[in-house]
Amino acid sequence: MNKSRRSFLKVAGLSAFALSSGVAALSSTAQAAATMPGSSYKMGAAALKAKRWAMVIDTRAFKGPEDYQPLIDACHKAHNVPTIKGSNQNIKWFWLDKFDHAFPDDINAYQAAGIKERMFPLLCNHCTNPPCVRVCPTQATYQMHDGIVAMDYHRCIGCRFCMAGCPYGARSFNFMDPRKHLPKEMPNPTFPTRMIGVVEKCTFCAERLAVGQMPACVEAAGGRILFGDLDDPNSDVRHALAENYSIRRKPNLGTQPGVYYLI
Amino acid sequence: MLEKVLTGPRTFYLWLLFLVCVIGACGLVYWQQLQQGLSITGMSRDVSWGLYISQFTYFVGVAASAVMLVLPAYFHHYKKFKRMIIFGEFMAIAAVCMCSLFILVDLGQPQRMLNVMLHPTPNSVMFYDMMVLIGYLTLNAIIGWVTLEAERLDVEPPKWIKPLIYLSIIWAFSIHTVTAFLYAGIPGRHYWLTAIMAARFLSSAFCSGPAILLLLVFIVRRLTGFEPGRDAVKTLTTIITYAMCINVFFYLLEIFTAFYSGIPGHQHPMTFLFGEHAGHVTWVSNWMWAAVIMALGSLVILIPPAWRNGPLLPFALIMLVVASWIDKGLGLLIGGFTPNMFETITDYAPTCMEISVALGVYAIGALVLSLLWKIALGVKREAGHFSD
Amino acid sequence: MYNAKAVIVGAVIFAVLFSSPFWLNFGKDDYKRPDVVLPKNEKECVEPVEYMRAEHMALLNQWRDQALRNEKRVYVSSTGKEWTISLQNTCLKCHNDYANFCEKCHIANSVYPYCWTCHITPEGKK
Repeated sequence: MNKSRRSFLKVAGLSAFALSSGVAALSSTAQAAATMPGSSYKMGAAALKAKRWAMVIDTRAFKGPEDYQPLIDACHKAHNVPTIKGSNQNIKWFWLDKFDHAFPDDINAYQAAGIKERMFPLLCNHCTNPPCVRVCPTQATYQMHDGIVAMDYHRCIGCRFCMAGCPYGARSFNFMDPRKHLPKEMPNPTFPTRMIGVVEKCTFCAERLAVGQMPACVEAAGGRILFGDLDDPNSDVRHALAENYSIRRKPNLGTQPGVYYLI
Repeated sequence: MLEKVLTGPRTFYLWLLFLVCVIGACGLVYWQQLQQGLSITGMSRDVSWGLYISQFTYFVGVAASAVMLVLPAYFHHYKKFKRMIIFGEFMAIAAVCMCSLFILVDLGQPQRMLNVMLHPTPNSVMFYDMMVLIGYLTLNAIIGWVTLEAERLDVEPPKWIKPLIYLSIIWAFSIHTVTAFLYAGIPGRHYWLTAIMAARFLSSAFCSGPAILLLLVFIVRRLTGFEPGRDAVKTLTTIITYAMCINVFFYLLEIFTAFYSGIPGHQHPMTFLFGEHAGHVTWVSNWMWAAVIMALGSLVILIPPAWRNGPLLPFALIMLVVASWIDKGLGLLIGGFTPNMFETITDYAPTCMEISVALGVYAIGALVLSLLWKIALGVKREAGHFSD
Repeated sequence: MYNAKAVIVGAVIFAVLFSSPFWLNFGKDDYKRPDVVLPKNEKECVEPVEYMRAEHMALLNQWRDQALRNEKRVYVSSTGKEWTISLQNTCLKCHNDYANFCEKCHIANSVYPYCWTCHITPEGKK
């Protein structure tokens, strides 16, 4: 090939690259300029605030799985969680399992029958050191200043690294379109559904806290689940933890779960 | 040099046509996956990664293994590898393409893939994995092309390529180390939570990658008469033998730690993979035992020098590749996810559609490899470096 | 030049294909602004209409990030009026005719945002 033609092609290629990156840079500045001058954002006046939200579940006050059913229903109704029966590609935000499965580090063949047979409610632990947040490559899952581990479903690419990372099996992936498994009339028309190909999980009802309401499961539990600020020594949750024996799931992994169980 | 793909025997183009047909057919299955989501796979809430990610992991190893030719040639001036290096580099390119595609087909929302670059996240290993893979692809493409062009023109490669080659040697180790970190940094997955994971990955890559390369070169020798060089094959076989010994040794270390410590969590994945766990026998255990037999079989042939350099070599290499593929391409993922986070068992088996999509990616890799190797062979023939 | 014939023919084919959208649409009707149906009871959107027309997508992105990541779920507009941040419960409360507002303009401009795979339109399940 002719030498000058080759150098021409090189220069042309480099210029095309420079031009396209310049255009990309310009378009990102255009994004920033789109804010309306004089506008601003703030928290709602009724919003409940905490430094570190935490949950204390008094499992002694629940007689059996049927006692938990209204809580599960409230949660899944509030968030349009689909029911996918008979499939292990299902979605769970709030569900039940046996002691040995919920607390596999605490196995004891002679465990009291009352505990061995009891069902325990499981949900996202909203860890202080969440592995899911650590591994997410797009910050689609992130930790908020109040300790809630939240998700931005718009940004999730569905790589499922967070599902591998979560030691509590708290995350579900939308293997299929969730709307196929929801009734025609959405259970909660004021809340979105999710879409195919993204991961989802319990949000500690961040959208309810923002308008001054307690999480749906807490409200449905009628005092048997406490929810409050772990950083406030006078909060309900701190009193409950000070006065009762409590355990957490897999504490030896150092994730510092925010859900406590009174046994 | 691109014109080298335009002249070839009929069989070559029939082979390309066959690959394109396979890619097309499997592409249709992928299109189905785009419509119906990953529900067409055997993955589940408890086993959330499957065949796609395990193939990704295996082929990162194949990509990294090119370094087993480049390192002796450039750090130890072992000249006899020079004729074969380009095939290793071009195989690395094909392997990295396959890795990227395996990640792509595994994503639930592939059209948002570039979010990884739009929102760079330094605390995620996936972010580094993307960067090292792109870097390795670029390095190998530049190095391969420039050195091959120099060979064609019968001149020394330009001086500026040397630092890039040295960088690519270190880079090869980094890609597989970072891939191991995807697994080894996750709390609560007993089978993966081991500091030796990166070392195991590298050792299995450095035996299986060169073994695949040698097998492919043997095929090319039969088809075209290209002679990689007797001594080069001998040396590479020795490297493969050492790497395989280390690979098996590392796995035995895992077994010792799990069973001598007696910690149930560490034992469960292994009892599950090799036998019965809580009354459950999985289909994978047959495969795992087959891997054990083939790994030992390959070592029996590879360790005695007379057998290693004899006619049994291809069989040993095939057994080695299959054994390492079962270990890394099946056992690693399935053992990592079962028993699951509740210490119960959710079985996983890839579905036909899932296997088809994976085959499509294999075919794309074969296509890239065929085209690149065709160029390399054409240049070798023209430059008179085709045989001794 | 090598293969002059092939190169020239190739260049012509490329030029024709590349400019084909221009030729195919030559002489067709001009682009007409779609007649979107504006809310009947509300006169005022969160920001002036020109800004909303041009930047609503950027504003929605900002709303999303502020609400989800910073827990700031109230938008104070340039006129000082406060709005609850919610596509589904604030925007769609007034703009409740999805087919004649959002969709009409999006189709006319060949953009297909996937807001509605998650957010529920007033007609219910779409």
